[in-house]
Amino acid sequence: MLSNDSLAKIDAAIAKYPADQRQSAVMAALAIAQDEHGWLSVPLMDEVARRLGMPPIAVYEVASFYAMYNLGPTGRFKLTICTNLPCALQGASDAAAHLRERLGVGFGETTADGAFTLKEGECMGACGDAPVVLVNNKRMCVKMVPDALDGLVAELKAAADRGEGATGAAEAKEASGR
Amino acid sequence: MNAPSEFLDYGPDAVLMAGLTGRNWRLADYVQRGGYDALKRILSERIPPEQVVAEVKKSSLRGRGGAGFPTGLKWSFMPRNFPGEKYVVCNSDEGEPGTFKDRDILRYNPHALIEGMIIGGYAMGCARGYNYIHGEIWDVYERCEEALREAREAGFLGKDILGSGFSFELFNHHGYGAYICGEETALLESIEGKKGQPRFKPPFPASFGLYGKPTTINNTETFASVPWIIRNGGEWFANLGRPNNGGTKIFSVSGDVARPGNYELRLGTPFATLLELAGGVRGGRRLKAVIPGGSSMPVLPADVMMATDMDYDSIAKAGSMLGSGAVIVMDETRCMVKCLLRLSYFYYEESCGQCTPCREGTGWLWRVVDRIEHGKGRPEDLDLLNSVADNIQGRTICALGDAAAMPVRAFIKHFRDEFRHHIDHGRCVVAPYQ
Repeated sequence: MLSNDSLAKIDAAIAKYPADQRQSAVMAALAIAQDEHGWLSVPLMDEVARRLGMPPIAVYEVASFYAMYNLGPTGRFKLTICTNLPCALQGASDAAAHLRERLGVGFGETTADGAFTLKEGECMGACGDAPVVLVNNKRMCVKMVPDALDGLVAELKAAADRGEGATGAAEAKEASGR
Repeated sequence: MNAPSEFLDYGPDAVLMAGLTGRNWRLADYVQRGGYDALKRILSERIPPEQVVAEVKKSSLRGRGGAGFPTGLKWSFMPRNFPGEKYVVCNSDEGEPGTFKDRDILRYNPHALIEGMIIGGYAMGCARGYNYIHGEIWDVYERCEEALREAREAGFLGKDILGSGFSFELFNHHGYGAYICGEETALLESIEGKKGQPRFKPPFPASFGLYGKPTTINNTETFASVPWIIRNGGEWFANLGRPNNGGTKIFSVSGDVARPGNYELRLGTPFATLLELAGGVRGGRRLKAVIPGGSSMPVLPADVMMATDMDYDSIAKAGSMLGSGAVIVMDETRCMVKCLLRLSYFYYEESCGQCTPCREGTGWLWRVVDRIEHGKGRPEDLDLLNSVADNIQGRTICALGDAAAMPVRAFIKHFRDEFRHHIDHGRCVVAPYQ
């Protein structure tokens, strides 16, 4: 399931650790696998386990422990907004309410068109720049007041319509339709 | 990478962050600022490792991650002559709500951290280091990868550094969203490719750390302070602050201030000065409460804070802790029950589930504060909260339990009337924030 490009990235991660500690690369390997496939299915995690010489259960444990791994399909763009106290004091509660209304979904839900999944996040270590929204784990958007959120949503919606963003969106659409 | 924020003015006392524009983060810029001079001097003059540790001790540098443990003393715990691998690890898993200083060091001055870690490796006889970077800051991780490439190419990392015979390799490890990995032994488990669940101590990492080998873990800001200490002397650094509170400290100011951001001040500077630097309370409102050291530390009322200086010992005397230097400011319009509710949810959400008092207790704290906030509080609830806090604090493997309990106690202690009003009348004494 993993492309040669992903396998090369995983090998580069393995090389960071002592030769007898391949398991140390599991977090990186899962992130790389998720970047390619959108979410971590059991067969995908099993492939990571084989690559690292780990029991599959040890890989599932890691995947389910850390919040940024997707254990099911998501929309093309996963938006995670921090609502913790420092951010809340600087407009994040308004921003979160605005996003929910604008997308028409609650936290943990995916829009019917499969474009967006909305998540409530915990501290991202960027409180001075609140409100903070993370797009697909990698792109941090700061000072996301409602106007800026509208701009971001419009930009990402257009990208989703062009077929960009995470794969797995069709399955997410199906899931949200049930 | 986000465009540089307007807060690159870290204040008149800045040392670590002086002269940073947001664009001058590369190795050549750092060298121009005197970077890597400390490392070059240590290696060319063959300064004995013991002397490096002694200089750090003399500086009164205390851990900048939260616990405030003397760094030189921590370094001296490492068994220098232990045969085999030893590790130096940086904790850049910055997730304590209110704290965002390490992110600025990593993206605007990454070579200060790299130089500090190499010096640490030299002083403690380690040949390998890891920098554990918070999961949510991918672009910062990528910049740190680039900075390591630069340092390798320049010969500051790798085998036989600058022809000295000393070899040291350094790698970044990217986290993926778990507050608990800021706890140093959970962080080690995480690097080992496991769930980030803290280890029982003792043994401490200095004897049984990463891969079971002797390991020292320090915070980003702690390591980044080391080059300045070596360059200018421990005494110079100590004199920047106060006795037992050496140096400057980066304070992350968030919440109800006009200019949230990072400000680097000499330890011992009055809180009032910091508040003024951050533009004062937003909208000219009155100050109500401050959490002076990150969300895990006890909240203090305005009058106490306005009479307090910002250093480890002064904040402790005032009844809280300096922690990571995250200053969360709340103005007169804030409902203390609602503020505590969000924090209690955070600890419930982030408990790793290993110890029963924390796993179950954090849920109790959250649910009881939640019912008070939503007008369903019971007369006995404040006693119940204190009792649950009692049964968590000091009864868990790591400090997350304490971190969940301490805010609850302090909010109730200082704002009891407000909690009572919620319970008796089912609503706030102030209009809640939206």
